[in-house]
Amino acid sequence: MLIDRNGATSEAWNRVSGADAATVTRPLVPFAEIDAALAALSDGAELGIEVPNTIRLAALEPHLVRVALVSIVFPAFSDGRGFSLGRQLREYGYAGRLRAAGPLITDQFPYALACGFDEVDLPEASAARQPPELWVAALGVMSNTYQRGYQSGGNILDQRRAARRNFAGGRP
Amino acid sequence: MYRYDEFDERFVRERVKQFRGQVERRLSGALSDDEFRPLRLKNGVYLQLHAYMLRIAVPYGTLNSRQLRQLALIGERYDRGYGHFTTRQNLQFNWPKLKDVPDILDLLADVEMHCIQTSGNCIRNVTADHFAGIAADEVEDPRPTSELIRQWSSLHPEFSYLPRKFKIAVTGAAHDRAAVAAHDIGIRILKHPQTGEVGYRIFVGGGLGRTPMIAKTVRDFLPKADLLAYLEAIMRVYNLEGRRDNKYKARVKILVHEMGLEPFREAVEAEFAKLDGPSVNADPAEAARIAAYFAPPAYETLPASDASYEAARAASPDFARWADVNLFPHKVPGYAALTISLKPIGGVPGDATSEQMRVVADLAERYSFDELRVTHRQNLVLPHVKLSDLHAVWQALVAAGLATANDGLITDIIACPGLDYCALATARSIPIAQSISQRFGSYERQREIGPLEIKISGCINACGHHHVGHIGILGLEKSGQESYQVTLGGDASEDAALGVLLGPGIKGEEVPDAIERIVAVYLRERVPGERFVDAVKRLGLGPFKPALTGAPTRELADAH
Repeated sequence: MLIDRNGATSEAWNRVSGADAATVTRPLVPFAEIDAALAALSDGAELGIEVPNTIRLAALEPHLVRVALVSIVFPAFSDGRGFSLGRQLREYGYAGRLRAAGPLITDQFPYALACGFDEVDLPEASAARQPPELWVAALGVMSNTYQRGYQSGGNILDQRRAARRNFAGGRP
Repeated sequence: MYRYDEFDERFVRERVKQFRGQVERRLSGALSDDEFRPLRLKNGVYLQLHAYMLRIAVPYGTLNSRQLRQLALIGERYDRGYGHFTTRQNLQFNWPKLKDVPDILDLLADVEMHCIQTSGNCIRNVTADHFAGIAADEVEDPRPTSELIRQWSSLHPEFSYLPRKFKIAVTGAAHDRAAVAAHDIGIRILKHPQTGEVGYRIFVGGGLGRTPMIAKTVRDFLPKADLLAYLEAIMRVYNLEGRRDNKYKARVKILVHEMGLEPFREAVEAEFAKLDGPSVNADPAEAARIAAYFAPPAYETLPASDASYEAARAASPDFARWADVNLFPHKVPGYAALTISLKPIGGVPGDATSEQMRVVADLAERYSFDELRVTHRQNLVLPHVKLSDLHAVWQALVAAGLATANDGLITDIIACPGLDYCALATARSIPIAQSISQRFGSYERQREIGPLEIKISGCINACGHHHVGHIGILGLEKSGQESYQVTLGGDASEDAALGVLLGPGIKGEEVPDAIERIVAVYLRERVPGERFVDAVKRLGLGPFKPALTGAPTRELADAH
């Protein structure tokens, strides 16, 4: 099941090997096979890659200009490496789609979005226990966070700053 | 002290609601037990040997009277009328029911408290010098920095699923009372040697547990404004590179050790250079907002000495004896900080009854600007008491059974809950502490021995900090029997050192005799004014080895 901030969404990507990348629209290939995929694809064709959470940003950087989806594998919900990798990708300037693939739990959904993910690709067993409405509901539980610089609705430090500015009535 | 604004208040209320929802989802089956476990841990709920345990955060050990009264109420209503103060300046209740936990959380939120991140593989409750704002050797009060870290680390989207738990401690003083070298990150506030600018020295990779290590300096001087970005850089390197294949090798100390300090530092600095500091760090006005809450209270202008205090000392030897041991000099003339020992002779280290909590709360309100502290040595502190009020405070403490005069002495023992409560424990800790305490209960004898920190852990995870005890005691299980290893020479201060094993394990009932013989060697060998731990450092273990098992040696025979 694929989930984004609005709930269940349909899968637009097709998992294939790199060599078969041209046989489908929007191929999603293992990162190890990206060269084969690029060789097979025409220049403008969209490409998605699936990467392990142990890969380093530096290894991805040269390819990001050519990629429209990065799917980071979360081997277990308790393995948080993907949050940092996703955040690094966004800080680097990657503007394509970012997916967390693995058995996440709904409590992690706001964290994933804050770190720059767009969607979660859940295995069936997790999806069966956690229907889409639970994922959407999880986003409304904590209305504020303390961390600045993350993509969450509003952070407390900046809201305090804004309040100080208003209170000062625009005075310097 | 810090007070919640509307944002903090809403945050904690919503967090309680979130936990209620998590419990409901566990009951409905939406969450598996494996999935629920880290969620309850991140809210301080442990499953112990006999019951659930709830660990309440006391950020950097600071409390007001209203909060302590609420803890007393919770102890009465939901526990057995007492609570247990821990080595992380927190409070644990050992007997709550799981179904009551959300209601307890509501009561805590009513007084600006919570259980957020008191357990689990996340950034834990931040600790600080319990004499913050009092000590004369302080460059700056560490509590504003600690509060900033508390907020920043709460429900951090990137660092809530770390390889392992992560502990941060802050000190602002030259003398380290926060054991920063024994933490994953230690922060020392200091002045830049050239410019005089106040900033941070950042240590990383300290920790106890089964592989004890002293933290190393990763950054000599960090400008204050860069704190959060630098912490994020460290956390990110750890989150990405820390080992996840073996929970016993997952702490950052192992990563630093395996990478090497220099490569680790380079990785952190590279990450820090890439981070957009201004978008991550708190702006100076926010730092100032927090710091304003820790402005000094309205002290009276008083002379450095007080005639009524001196008269009370002269009239009451018991009071004088207590004052000699349990007072700490205050930087403001006419005031003292005082330690309320939770180590009555033969008692359970760190326990306080609800009645006692109320007594302390009343005293804090009346005599100490409504403020008190929890120390990592499992005692309480009234931070700002006028010399002229000390006798009245002492009398109230005596009536409540809280006037034990042993701060920093041999019966001021740190002990983990051990096999009496803990599911991880391999041996008992509390009864060992009690037997040593009884053996050395005489005040005169304790004063003769002088400063001596005994720390006891009931398993290799070292919650009792035995590695940094002047005398450390580690309880293990050996073929069905409890066996206790003794280490000497550990030190949690700025001269941080790990204790060295004295010899093979001994039986629990042999521990008091062994300690007695070890102390006898010290008394015989010390030079005037030399503390126990300094004597061990000077002499090495050699002279102490025979004392462990009492193997007869000529020297000892002579001593007797």
